[in-house]
Amino acid sequence: MKKISKKGMNEFIQSLMADYIILAPASTDGIFSFKPVSNFEQIDLSYQNSKKPPKEVFFPQSETMFNYKNGKVESTEKVKQKKILLGIRPCDARANILLDKVFAGPDHKDVYYTNKRENTIIIGLGCSKSLSTCFCTSFGGGPFSKEGLDILLMDIGDKYLAQVITDKGREVLNHKFREATREEVRLAEKIKSEAEKRISSRVEIEGIKEKLDRMFEDLFWNKLSQECIGCGTCSYLCPTCHCFDIADEAVNSEGKRVRNWDSCMFPLFTLHTSGHNPRPTGKERMRQRVMHKFNYFVENYKEPACVGCGRCIINCPVNMDIRKVLKEILEV
Amino acid sequence: MQDVQRKIREEAKNLLAAGRVDLIIGFEEASLPLRASPVFIHNEDDLDMLVWNSFCENNLATYLTKVVGRKVAVVAKGCDSRSIVALIVEGQIKREEIIVIGIPCRGMVDRRKIEKEVEGEILEAGEKNGEVLVKGDDFEGVFKKEDYLYPSCRTCKYRNPVISDILIGEKIKENTEVDEYAEVKEYEKKSIDERREYFGREMGKCIRCYACRQACPMCYCEECFVDSSHPKWIEKGLDSSDLTIWHIMRAYHQAGRCVDCGSCERACPMEINLRFLTKKINKEVKDYFNFETGLDIKVAPALATFSPDDRQDFIDSGEEPAGESQGKTKL
Repeated sequence: MKKISKKGMNEFIQSLMADYIILAPASTDGIFSFKPVSNFEQIDLSYQNSKKPPKEVFFPQSETMFNYKNGKVESTEKVKQKKILLGIRPCDARANILLDKVFAGPDHKDVYYTNKRENTIIIGLGCSKSLSTCFCTSFGGGPFSKEGLDILLMDIGDKYLAQVITDKGREVLNHKFREATREEVRLAEKIKSEAEKRISSRVEIEGIKEKLDRMFEDLFWNKLSQECIGCGTCSYLCPTCHCFDIADEAVNSEGKRVRNWDSCMFPLFTLHTSGHNPRPTGKERMRQRVMHKFNYFVENYKEPACVGCGRCIINCPVNMDIRKVLKEILEV
Repeated sequence: MQDVQRKIREEAKNLLAAGRVDLIIGFEEASLPLRASPVFIHNEDDLDMLVWNSFCENNLATYLTKVVGRKVAVVAKGCDSRSIVALIVEGQIKREEIIVIGIPCRGMVDRRKIEKEVEGEILEAGEKNGEVLVKGDDFEGVFKKEDYLYPSCRTCKYRNPVISDILIGEKIKENTEVDEYAEVKEYEKKSIDERREYFGREMGKCIRCYACRQACPMCYCEECFVDSSHPKWIEKGLDSSDLTIWHIMRAYHQAGRCVDCGSCERACPMEINLRFLTKKINKEVKDYFNFETGLDIKVAPALATFSPDDRQDFIDSGEEPAGESQGKTKL
């Protein structure tokens, strides 16, 4: 286990800026997101969590895939830009592993995603600021989980302890990191175990998939979708939602092909050219969102597409609570 | 509050028992503090779920266009009742199909404003004698409700429902002192560059989740212009020109139709100041046509009628601008 003083961290990050783009939690009017920063002062590692999940670093909300002009195509994804994603929470790091299954699986590799993913070193920050809406431990994660990280930082007051997890992580460490003392490691252990105890919200997911297998036609969906207003907040702020829409933005023979986030909660999501929509109402759309996360994704990748970050709960305009939904499914 | 809540349940029970409605739209307790959650009640066994408190921030009129044809009772604050009137006037819902359970409203609590006042997470919240009490792991806080109302509530002039079939509680005194356009006037004083900068900064936060649109009772278009692909009016990314078009068109489409309930702003996860645009347009409609929407089911919307007495000075005559009124047409 390594350690670095908070002042040393400042210098460390500053020194990395020469070779890497640093993406770190920064606030605009109190709303945090992961932004490229040009000096350490812009970073606020005392944040709780970002509003928009860091998935946008690898899978931007709107991304130009290529430009074209008079039949000639020019890719915009040539440059391999080295990046460091600093300070992400372990729940979001776990979400990236789930996104990998979709965009970087053995059968299909999405060049836009994998290019950014492979060229990014992820330095996570252990989470001792969990909220009552956090339920990461229900999905195999934890506030100090190492999954999906290259380095895990643990704030122990005046310094950070750094646990190197991958070779990629080891490469960036420099002389500013010293070996941590046994007391410091013990302190970190204590902070970690307290943080784990703080996650008091739990959901039962055992049996959800099998239950959903038999629920497609259940009246439950009519009831569940009544109060949903059909916005895309839950999907857009979800670190694992990954549906997109591809569109050409062009005038005559010149333009670009763009990939944008899309949401299954929108009427346009499945609208056919013929005008037919297989998911014509909120009922089918809500069912799709739940099914995709807790049934189809499990079917395809052996685990649910949720990491328990709680963003959908906090930000839903009508207080739809996924924990309640999962509980109700088991009761059907 | 407790009294109002008890009466809502009583009235709802009577309505369901008498078969006058088959659905009650109200609020239930939320899973988070400082919140209430919209709820659909179909049978008498669930009536105890209905609550009333200072956190009932959603405009429930937004659901009415989705349950057309059913006999519905809806819990309505002043602003919700105005939306109901506006929807009736626009022919979207039928007066006789809706039973309005009107509740005079002293304003709803701005949860974000309170959350910003405390260090740490609020785990419990309640209210008593005009005060909001919050509790966290290692703190407690007391806030005067009056000082922590949503911006739209602070300037609200229609706290009493404008229509209701059942009125719960006594009517309260309307707030006639406050200048509801004070913020708009400040904005109007800014230079064009300053206005552009402010607009760009606010709209630059948008993630196009359309929570504002979905929360708004008046956004009932079967196909929103942003969803049209034939013709495609607007791209779907985050380019500032597209964000600009989205927000300007959204506000323009509300001209003479927005009741300023603030639902759009409350729904926005990115906390964008959405009301400054709609409020500005409300002010224009008021100035030009002396019209405020959602007050009378017999009065047609300003932009759906024509009177020879209407002001004409916004029409470009091709002549040089003269007089004061020209200034008013500028954004």
